Amino acid sequence: MQKKDFVIRFAGEGGQGLVTSADALARAATSAGYYTQTFSTFPSQIMGGPASSQVRISTSPVLSSGDGIDVLVALNQYAYDNHHEDLVENGVTIYNAEEYTLPDGGNYFGIKADEIAKSTGNTRAANMVTIGAVSNLINFSLSEVDKFIKNRFSRGRANDQEIIEANIKAVRLGSEIANDSGFSVGELAEPIKPDYEQIMITGNAAISLGAVAAGLEYYVGYPISPATTILIWMENNLIGKNKFAYQVSSEIEAINAILGAGYAGKKSMTATAGPGIALMSEGLGLAWMAEIPLVVVDVQRGGPATGLPTKSEQSDLFACMHPAHGDVKMPILAPGSVEECFYAGALAVNWAERYQGPVILMSEMAQAERGENIPKPDLSKISDETREIYAGDNGFKRYQSWDISDKLTPMPIPGGSGAYVANGSEHDEIGDTTHLPIHHIRLTERRFNKLKLLDGAHYEIENEDKPIILAPWGSSKGPAREAYERLLASGVDIGWAYSVALNPLPEKISDVLSKAEKVIVPELNYQGQWSALLRQDGINAESIVKYDGTPFRPGELVSKILNFFKTEVRK
Amino acid sequence: MSKRNSEYDFVWCPGCGDFGVRRALEFALTNYTSEHEKPYNTNVIVAGIGCSGNMVHLIEGDQPFGIHGIHGRTLPIALGIKSSRPDLNTIIVAGDGDFLSIGAEHIGPAAQRNLNVTCIIMDNGVYGLTKGQSSPTSDMGKITTSTPYGKIEVPVSPLNYYMTVGVSYIASYYSSKPKILANFIKDAMNHKGFSIVHVQSPCTTYNDTYELLKGKPREGIPGLAWEIPEDHDPSSENSAFDLLQRPGIPLGLVYKAEGKTLEDRQEEIREKVKEKDINETISQYVI
Repeated sequence: MQKKDFVIRFAGEGGQGLVTSADALARAATSAGYYTQTFSTFPSQIMGGPASSQVRISTSPVLSSGDGIDVLVALNQYAYDNHHEDLVENGVTIYNAEEYTLPDGGNYFGIKADEIAKSTGNTRAANMVTIGAVSNLINFSLSEVDKFIKNRFSRGRANDQEIIEANIKAVRLGSEIANDSGFSVGELAEPIKPDYEQIMITGNAAISLGAVAAGLEYYVGYPISPATTILIWMENNLIGKNKFAYQVSSEIEAINAILGAGYAGKKSMTATAGPGIALMSEGLGLAWMAEIPLVVVDVQRGGPATGLPTKSEQSDLFACMHPAHGDVKMPILAPGSVEECFYAGALAVNWAERYQGPVILMSEMAQAERGENIPKPDLSKISDETREIYAGDNGFKRYQSWDISDKLTPMPIPGGSGAYVANGSEHDEIGDTTHLPIHHIRLTERRFNKLKLLDGAHYEIENEDKPIILAPWGSSKGPAREAYERLLASGVDIGWAYSVALNPLPEKISDVLSKAEKVIVPELNYQGQWSALLRQDGINAESIVKYDGTPFRPGELVSKILNFFKTEVRK
Repeated sequence: MSKRNSEYDFVWCPGCGDFGVRRALEFALTNYTSEHEKPYNTNVIVAGIGCSGNMVHLIEGDQPFGIHGIHGRTLPIALGIKSSRPDLNTIIVAGDGDFLSIGAEHIGPAAQRNLNVTCIIMDNGVYGLTKGQSSPTSDMGKITTSTPYGKIEVPVSPLNYYMTVGVSYIASYYSSKPKILANFIKDAMNHKGFSIVHVQSPCTTYNDTYELLKGKPREGIPGLAWEIPEDHDPSSENSAFDLLQRPGIPLGLVYKAEGKTLEDRQEEIREKVKEKDINETISQYVI
């Protein structure tokens, strides 16, 4: 039976090469012309503990990690016990026969991958034995796997050829065992190779690349899951003249250092997770008050406190929208795919420059480390909106009242003219501290008015005249989109509205949501944070919530949305 | 800016030590700037929160750039300014409350980096702006509004603290002689590395220590403050620690160590590692 879509999951313990296996299969499939998306979940420890990594391979772009799994590679009994219920009806398990056995008669067979790897002369080829077996089960071409192996192990070393041959042999041996087992989960349809150049990248790397494409010059950060990979990326790549990437001693240092750099004229950014956002809130308030451009990336994990450092949740929205005390509403970009991560990274830097203030980019663990193949971004199309720098006389009214009809006042930069005090106390037009009501009124209005400058983020509207609109945010977009398409295909009357920008919300999105009878918001938190904020704006929004640390599956959304229709009708 | 802007509503109390420190800072900025033939607007003052931080608004004459941020975070803000713009002369003005209580966590990391900024710490041994609470440098047993039955902690010894965490330039002085203080501030600006000029700057309202510092020479009562002897070797860590064993407040240069700064080390990496171009970076991901 030909199939267009397979999910293969590798489950076992952290440190057993689960991610490597899923990544290898994804890369082999991608170079053959398929679309892939990986997803991993692991505990917060260096090695050991139950972990899994999966890859979804499809003939069309992959929107989510899918519903059931077609092939489970279970490296220990615990992994089998915990994952086999996710298998689809004819799904097959490959179990680690060196570790445990399963009673005769099920949809599974054992492989002694280590023993077989040893016979190839390369004990490290065990992953390739498994990949060979998986390829056989889904009828994926072994020659594509060979190509991947040649590519991976051609490293200009003396023993390259030896390693390549051992790995190719391992793939063949694994495939033979699967063949002898008699199982198959179907035949992977021929790929429809995209006619554009592609890159394979994770969400966190895409954000980093996007920010640098928009001219990011300064990055400091403090290690915290799942944002650490952005720090590491910057330390490795943001290097050269006038560039700076550095690990500081806390998130409090991070926010205030990027504030200092932003004030001194640099495009600056940090990335963190929930606990870091909590520590940064006072600094974010200062950036809002003193009007300093900077970008903070929040890669969300389960909270509060230390919470679930390696699980996914969308529960920081309240904290990001209103992080600081006082009258503050942060601009928020929340990309919903790896590709959107790239463009949001660039736009966040540009927004900060454009309105001279802090911007928060919200991502999630689920899309931070997942790899996806996306069209290679055209860097020449990324705009570089450097703030206008003041060049007049001293005594400049840096903070004069302003509304959208005028150009925003330029920003003086130390070393240039217009020396002023960037002031976190309420101030007058030139920046001097004042408590007079008129200044607090004017300056509060100036700070909120500036938000109107922020547009240009991606949004989607479909079937807007339907009474019920599905409106996900962040990385719940993928599974919601898949659910939406299934609902449409089965004749359900539903509309779609999605925006990367949550504040300010594009006018067209506001219009559609305001007119809808009901707006359904799938989101990964207990309180239904986005629908609560939408209700604040008079939109009749209600959430479908999930708070178990894992992303939505399209299938569960379909049934929950349908329930919703029944409830609405009953009313 | 106070002279230009009649609406500005902050004043120091009559006799506040911070007046003298401001004068000293103005001298130091003018002399440093003309000596180095740099424009005045390459000076940036990062101000803490408290009476002393308001100095950033009260500088008279030529105006430097300034940033008046949040309580305790002058060092992180200065880190951002200096590491992104090594060309800027970056100066911190803060009090003992801001710098040594809420902000103390940042002193060690700044010292390990040898961040090339100058801190002018005005120590009055009290939280003045919030009207007289105990501070890290208030004496044990001190009665303040927040310690009505006496302070129950040992006071921090700032100079020992700076020595211990590895600050590379430490001077101690008082606010009463602005011209001499100005020389230490300018010397600290010229020092390549993390410099602190710790200034006894009495609070005439809540903790008036003028007499305590100077003593009553006519009556033969010695003051707490004493001039560091000329034979002190500030380049020796041991001599500096020995000096700080003596009771009272030393006046003068305590310690000065030459070494590489954060920006020097960053520059070494830039020379060693090839500059990454965005097009090159993106090509790593092409499949």
